[in-house]
Amino acid sequence: MKLIKKEDLPGLYGYLASAGKKIFAPVRKNGMVSFSFTSAFEEIEMSYIQTKLSAKAAAFPKIEKLMKYTIQKEGQSYEPYDVEKFPGIVVWGAHPCDAAAFHPLNAVFTWETHDKYFTRRMENLLIIGLSCTSHDEFCFCTSVGVHPGDTKGSDIQLTPLPGGDYLAEIITTKGEAVAAAVPALFSPAPGLNKEELVTSVEKRFDHEALHAKINGMFDHPVWKEQALRCIGCGACTYVCPICSCFDIQDEGGIFGGLRYRCWDSCGFGHFTIHTSGHNPRESQDTRWRQRLMHKFSYQPQRQEVFGCVGCGRCSRNCPVDMNISEHLTQIMAV
Amino acid sequence: MNKLKEKAKELLSSGAVQVVVGYEEGTGGKIRPAFVSRPEDADKLLYNADCHHNLALYLYKHETKRIGKMAVVAPPFVLRSILILTTEFQLEEDSLVVLGVTPEEELIEFANFKEIETWVNQHPIGMKEKDREMLNRLNAMSRDERWQFWQNEFSKCIKCFACRGTCPMCSCFRCTVDYNAPQWISVGSHQLGNFDWHLMRAMHLAGRCSVCGQCGEACPMDIPVHLLSFQINEDIFKMFGSRAGLTLKKESLLSTWKSNDVENFIR
Amino acid sequence: MDQFEPKIVAFVCNWCTYAGADLTGTSRLKYAHNVRIIRFPCTGRIDFLLLQQAFAKGADGIIVSGCHPNDCHYTSGNFHARRRWMVFRQMLENMGVEAERIVFSWVSAAEGAKWADLVNETVESIKKLGPYHKYQDMAKSLEEWEVTHE
Ligand code: SF4
Ligand code: SF4
Ligand code: SF4
Ligand code: SF4
Ligand code: FES
Repeated sequence: MKLIKKEDLPGLYGYLASAGKKIFAPVRKNGMVSFSFTSAFEEIEMSYIQTKLSAKAAAFPKIEKLMKYTIQKEGQSYEPYDVEKFPGIVVWGAHPCDAAAFHPLNAVFTWETHDKYFTRRMENLLIIGLSCTSHDEFCFCTSVGVHPGDTKGSDIQLTPLPGGDYLAEIITTKGEAVAAAVPALFSPAPGLNKEELVTSVEKRFDHEALHAKINGMFDHPVWKEQALRCIGCGACTYVCPICSCFDIQDEGGIFGGLRYRCWDSCGFGHFTIHTSGHNPRESQDTRWRQRLMHKFSYQPQRQEVFGCVGCGRCSRNCPVDMNISEHLTQIMAV
Repeated sequence: MNKLKEKAKELLSSGAVQVVVGYEEGTGGKIRPAFVSRPEDADKLLYNADCHHNLALYLYKHETKRIGKMAVVAPPFVLRSILILTTEFQLEEDSLVVLGVTPEEELIEFANFKEIETWVNQHPIGMKEKDREMLNRLNAMSRDERWQFWQNEFSKCIKCFACRGTCPMCSCFRCTVDYNAPQWISVGSHQLGNFDWHLMRAMHLAGRCSVCGQCGEACPMDIPVHLLSFQINEDIFKMFGSRAGLTLKKESLLSTWKSNDVENFIR
Repeated sequence: MDQFEPKIVAFVCNWCTYAGADLTGTSRLKYAHNVRIIRFPCTGRIDFLLLQQAFAKGADGIIVSGCHPNDCHYTSGNFHARRRWMVFRQMLENMGVEAERIVFSWVSAAEGAKWADLVNETVESIKKLGPYHKYQDMAKSLEEWEVTHE
C-alpha cells in the first residue's frame, strides 16, 4: 500500500502521456460526466458517482473499423486495419464496477475465437481504478459480487483520502512497471483501514442465489409483466460496461468501402429477425428476458462470469425507468 | 387525482377494460408508465405536470393489445397523439377508453374521439419556457452556428434509438434506419450516420409531431432532438396554418397538397 | 485549385424534365458539363433521402426538376413533391445546411433551352458558393474515425 499526494497526480498523468498513452478519463462537460480522451490532467473529474457511458469503449468502441476492401474488375482485395498501430490506452479513474467489467467483456471476446481487435486493445490497456466514496440509489455492486473498494481489473487502484491524497495499491505487473518508472510519486502509506474509506452499498440480493433461481425461470410470467413499459431501445445496452453485442456493417460505394463493427442491442425488435421474416423474439418481454437471462443465467453457466457489475447505468439512463435491481429483487421474491 | 383512481378501479372491476395505461412513481424520483390490470393496484396511478411519457405509444403495441381492451391516462399531448394515430389508421376508436387529464389535473371523460377533437382545439398546448428559449436562441444564430450547434449535439448521439422508441408516431414496423437494401442511413454512430439519422427522423415527424417533447426526454445523452420537431412544427404552422393532432380528418400534411402551395422557390 | 468545377446531381422526372434535357441535346444547345442526371418516374418519387445521399457522396449542388403544375404524368406527384420540398428546405435551414445548394425547377419536355439555362445558372451559383466542404468533411467521418475520438 502506497500513498500518492494529490499534487503528484498530474505527475503520474504526465508520465503516462509522455509514454505515448492515450488517457481515457471521466470528464465533466455538457452537464454530464463521461469517459473521454483527455489532453491534460485538469480536464479530469476525480469525484463523480458514475459516468454516463462506461469505459468499455477503450476496448470495445462504438465503432471498430475492421478492414478496407476494394472491388475491381481484376478482383477483390481487402486490407485489415493494423492492430499493431492501436495506441496504448489508460482508463483513468474507473470505479471498481467498471474495472471489474473488463473481465466478463473479455470472456465474450476470447470465448472461442480470440477477437484480435479486442484482444489487442486489452493488451494495451492500463486501468487505474478509483474506489468509491459515494454512491447513489442505482448502485448495487455488492449484490452482484463487486465491492466499492475492489481492485479486480485495476492495475493500480486509488482510494481517495479525506485530505485529497490517495492511497495507491499496485495490483499487477503492469501497475508495478508504472510505479517503478516514477518512484518519486509514491510514498509509503499511513496505516489506514481502507474499508473505512470506501462507501458502503446495501446488498439487495445474492447473485449466486439469483443465478440458481433465474435458471429455471424461462417460462415465468414475470417477464411479460416487467417488460410492458420497455420501449425496446438500446440505451441500457449501450451504457452498460458489459453488453457486448455488435453488428458488422459494410459501408462504401461500388468500388470499395470499409467494414466495421458497431454496438447493437438485444432490446431492438429486429435484433433477431430472420431473413424469412420470422422473429424468434417477437415481443419485448422475450427481449427483456434475454437481457436478464444472458447476464444472470447464460454467462455464469458458460463463461463463469456474471454479465452485470451493478454499476446501475442501465437504470439511470432507461427512458422508462426499467430499474434492473428493482426487477431482480422482484424476481427473487416471486 | 382520486377521481382518476376511482375511474380506473371502476373500469377494471366492471370488466369494461382489462388494463389501464397510466403513470406511477418510479425509482430515483422518476415517473414512469404503469400498466394496471387489477382494481386494487389502481391506487398507484398518479398524474401531475412531471408526467412526460407519451403513453399513446403503447396503444398499438401488440404486447399491450394482447392484454385486452385498454384505458389510457391522457394529458393533452397524448390526446393529440391519439388523433394523429387515428388519422394514420393505427388506432380504432372502439378499442380504447380515454381518460383525459388537464394541466389543472382534472379528469375529463370523452364519449368519443370527436369530443377529443373539440377539446384539443379549445385548449392549445404551450411550449415549455425552456424549449421556447432554446428555439429563440437557435433562430437568432447564423446558419453556420446552427450547423455547429447540431453537429456538437449529434456528436454525443450513440444511436440507441430511444428517441424513436419512445415516440408514438414512430410506429413503423420497420424503421428506415433498419433497412439495409438499400441502406439509407449508416448503422454506425459516426458523424454522418448520426446526422442522416436525425434529418431523416425529423422529416418523418414533420407535420406529425404532437409536441410532447418525449424524444428529448428519453435521450440518455441529453440531446434536445425534440427541438428539431418543435421548430419545424412552428414553420409548418406559418406555411400551412395547421398543427398536427387537431383533426380527425385523414389528411396528413405531407400526403396532401393544395394547388396554391407556395412555390416562390421553384424556378 | 485553378478552377472549381462543382459536382451537380440532377434528380429529374422521366416525363418532362428528362425529355426536356433530351431536347436540349437534340437541339445541340451547349451547356455546362457538371451535371449528372438521374432519372425518376416522377418528382413524387424523389425522396429527400436521395438528396441527403447526394451531398454525402460529394455533390456540391443538386437540381430537382419535374413537370410543371398540372402537367404531372401521375396527376399530382409534383404537388406532393412541392410540399415536401417546402418542408425539407426549411428543415435543412433549421439544421444549418446550405439549402440554396438545392435548386428546384419545373422544366417541361418542350423546354430544352430552359434546361440549359437552369444547369448553367446552377453551376454559376454553386461556383460562387464554392465546394460544400462542410458536408463533405462530415461524410468522411467513418473513414477518419479513430477510437480516440470518443
Ligand atoms: S430496458 Fe429501458 S433502456 Fe433497455 S431497452 Fe427497455 S426501454 Fe430501452
Ligand atoms: S446490466 Fe446495468 S447495472 Fe449491470 S453492469 Fe450493465 S449497466 Fe451496469
Ligand atoms: S424515424 Fe421514420 S421510419 Fe423510423 S420509425 Fe420514425 S417515422 Fe418510421
Ligand atoms: S435517444 Fe439520443 S443518443 Fe439515442 S439515438 Fe436518439 S438522439 Fe441518439
Ligand atoms: S411525372 Fe413529372 S413530376 Fe410527376
